[in-house]
Amino acid sequence: MDRSLNLLDEALGLDNGDSNPSETRLLLLIEDCVETSAYFVLHHLIKRSLSPHSSALVVFVAFAQPFSHYDRILRKMGCNLVVQRDNKRFLFLDMLTLECPGEPQMEMVKKLAKVDFLICMEKSRKLWRLEPGASLVMIDDISLMEVAANGSSNHVLDFLHYCQTLTTEFGCSLVFLNHKDIYSSMERPTLILQMEYLAEVIIRAEPLATGLAADVHGQLTVMNKGICDGPRTLQTKMCNFHFRIKENCVEYFYPGSRT
Amino acid sequence: MPHYLLENQSRREDPNARNSRVESIVSAANLCTAPSSRCGRKHCCCHGCNRRLGRVVSLATFQLHPLLRSLDSSMDQMEQSLFRPEYQISTVTPLTPILLWKILGGGFSLGSLVMVMEDTEAPHHMLLLRNFMSQGLVHNQPLLYASPSREPRAFLGTLPNPILSKDDKSREHDIEQEKGLRIAWQYRKYFGEHQQNFEGQKDGKPEYCNDFDLRKPLERHFLSGQHIDCISLQGSQNLATFRDCCSAFLAQLPRFDGNITSAGRITIQSFCAPQCEYSNMEWEMLSFIRSLKSMVRSSNTVALITFPPSLVSPSIAKRWQHLADTLLSVRAIPDEDKELANLLTGYQDMVGLLNVHKVARLNTQVPVILEATTFSMKLKKRRSLVLECLNQAPIDGSSGSSYGTSGSCSGSSKTGRLDF
Repeated sequence: MDRSLNLLDEALGLDNGDSNPSETRLLLLIEDCVETSAYFVLHHLIKRSLSPHSSALVVFVAFAQPFSHYDRILRKMGCNLVVQRDNKRFLFLDMLTLECPGEPQMEMVKKLAKVDFLICMEKSRKLWRLEPGASLVMIDDISLMEVAANGSSNHVLDFLHYCQTLTTEFGCSLVFLNHKDIYSSMERPTLILQMEYLAEVIIRAEPLATGLAADVHGQLTVMNKGICDGPRTLQTKMCNFHFRIKENCVEYFYPGSRT
Repeated sequence: MPHYLLENQSRREDPNARNSRVESIVSAANLCTAPSSRCGRKHCCCHGCNRRLGRVVSLATFQLHPLLRSLDSSMDQMEQSLFRPEYQISTVTPLTPILLWKILGGGFSLGSLVMVMEDTEAPHHMLLLRNFMSQGLVHNQPLLYASPSREPRAFLGTLPNPILSKDDKSREHDIEQEKGLRIAWQYRKYFGEHQQNFEGQKDGKPEYCNDFDLRKPLERHFLSGQHIDCISLQGSQNLATFRDCCSAFLAQLPRFDGNITSAGRITIQSFCAPQCEYSNMEWEMLSFIRSLKSMVRSSNTVALITFPPSLVSPSIAKRWQHLADTLLSVRAIPDEDKELANLLTGYQDMVGLLNVHKVARLNTQVPVILEATTFSMKLKKRRSLVLECLNQAPIDGSSGSSYGTSGSCSGSSKTGRLDF
């Protein structure tokens, strides 16, 4: 694998490929803003989870883009989502085109969650004989889920708590994307504060303070709250690096390490 | 948006705010404002600056050779001569009009949602809106137009007429005339000439109609016999009926029928205007935009929505911006702003500024990084809208060092290029 790709994986604590899956179980929050979007982190995680070396199952709840969008991007990265979907390793829940007049969409999310999530995950796990903890639930993105819930952040929080029980019950990882700048002008942004509190890893994508350049697209700050550094010691690890997004990969590098 | 905040502050004549606004405009235009010691070629991350550097240095080198031969070629003298006003003038880039579709990387992507943030105190968004609608009608594309006015169909009478090819002759005539002005601006003219020739000869085919005469109303035959839906948003209490209208309109334009000429346009003017009864239902509006986005994505359509962001709460306005595939904003510029007038070339002709915040990235993850994100909107001969890159005005040698930035860029970089 490209060495530069590993900078994000290292920061996430995922660099050790043969580690016990239960150790990599985490709740990951990705935050971005209008100027710099962090969708590429989602793509990276999908590709990583669906790589031939991994046996993970990915459940993707898409509020932002249709399936074709993700499929074309991942295809350029060398991952065929259609094949993975047919093999039941990639479960795509298209919430963008789902319209149900008269019924709040959040109710449908809940129903979907209870029916699809669990049944599909169980089926797929049996099919693939997966170990517990080898599945990944991704939501793109939480702010649109709020729109689907008609602005009721309590409903969204309930759902997130429900998802969190999945992590303990089924041992899967959760990845949420949200837009940080939406909440910056709010007095009490309960939703984002609770999400940040629950998350074990927070990835924040921001533009460079000096403005965008053609060769640096922004910077990532990865805050890993639960790094086990030796026996019984926990510490928060912060990493900051720049990135450049390409069609088939993303280059990560430390500031100043490029001429 | 910061620009909006700064704009509002400056209207209250706060000198600090005005200074910071000048800074923000300059930085948005990718003009480097760093002093010479900091703006070396290696450390300047501003792409626009780097581009200019190449051009500046080459011109300066060309001019300096005879000068240097006659002088002692010590580095100090080279520096002095580079800072002479006549060389600083050469930092001005060509002032050729830029087309919006070129800025956006080839046009509005089919299936994308374009949002324009209005200036609440000026109607500049209407210029974009009218051009967008006229362009569709001229090319026989179905149009859905929704506005908060009682009689939206009346607005069609104000759409501009395309400038026909015979009018191009007059444009060429103007260029010929301007060629006579080969004084301080000569470099700019040479560049402009070359670039225009290059663009005009591309493919040898007439290009997509982009030039519209704002003084002439759109000819009647463009309006008759076309599929045009006009909807007034004023009376509707909720957005369900409007959503149904959009969905019926989009049903005629399926995405995958292989017929690209059947592209449609949806234009919604001032979506959250207070005269609409739903304007206090922020989440319903968001939900509508989200469903419109999903409908548009699966059809051969581009939707353009203009909205005044100050009329919704800041966090909701941010959500709107996130929903947009392509995000633009327009701002008026005050008539008499001496600092801006000194700073920007052609300030007198500008009517406003256009900011490109986001360019649609459908089916790709690579962001579009523009060389400049702020463009000036000008009305050429008071009839057609043109966009131009912002340009720093030439600096006379006696002025302070604060605006002598382009000169300093060339000064700091010249040691590498002028190797004697």
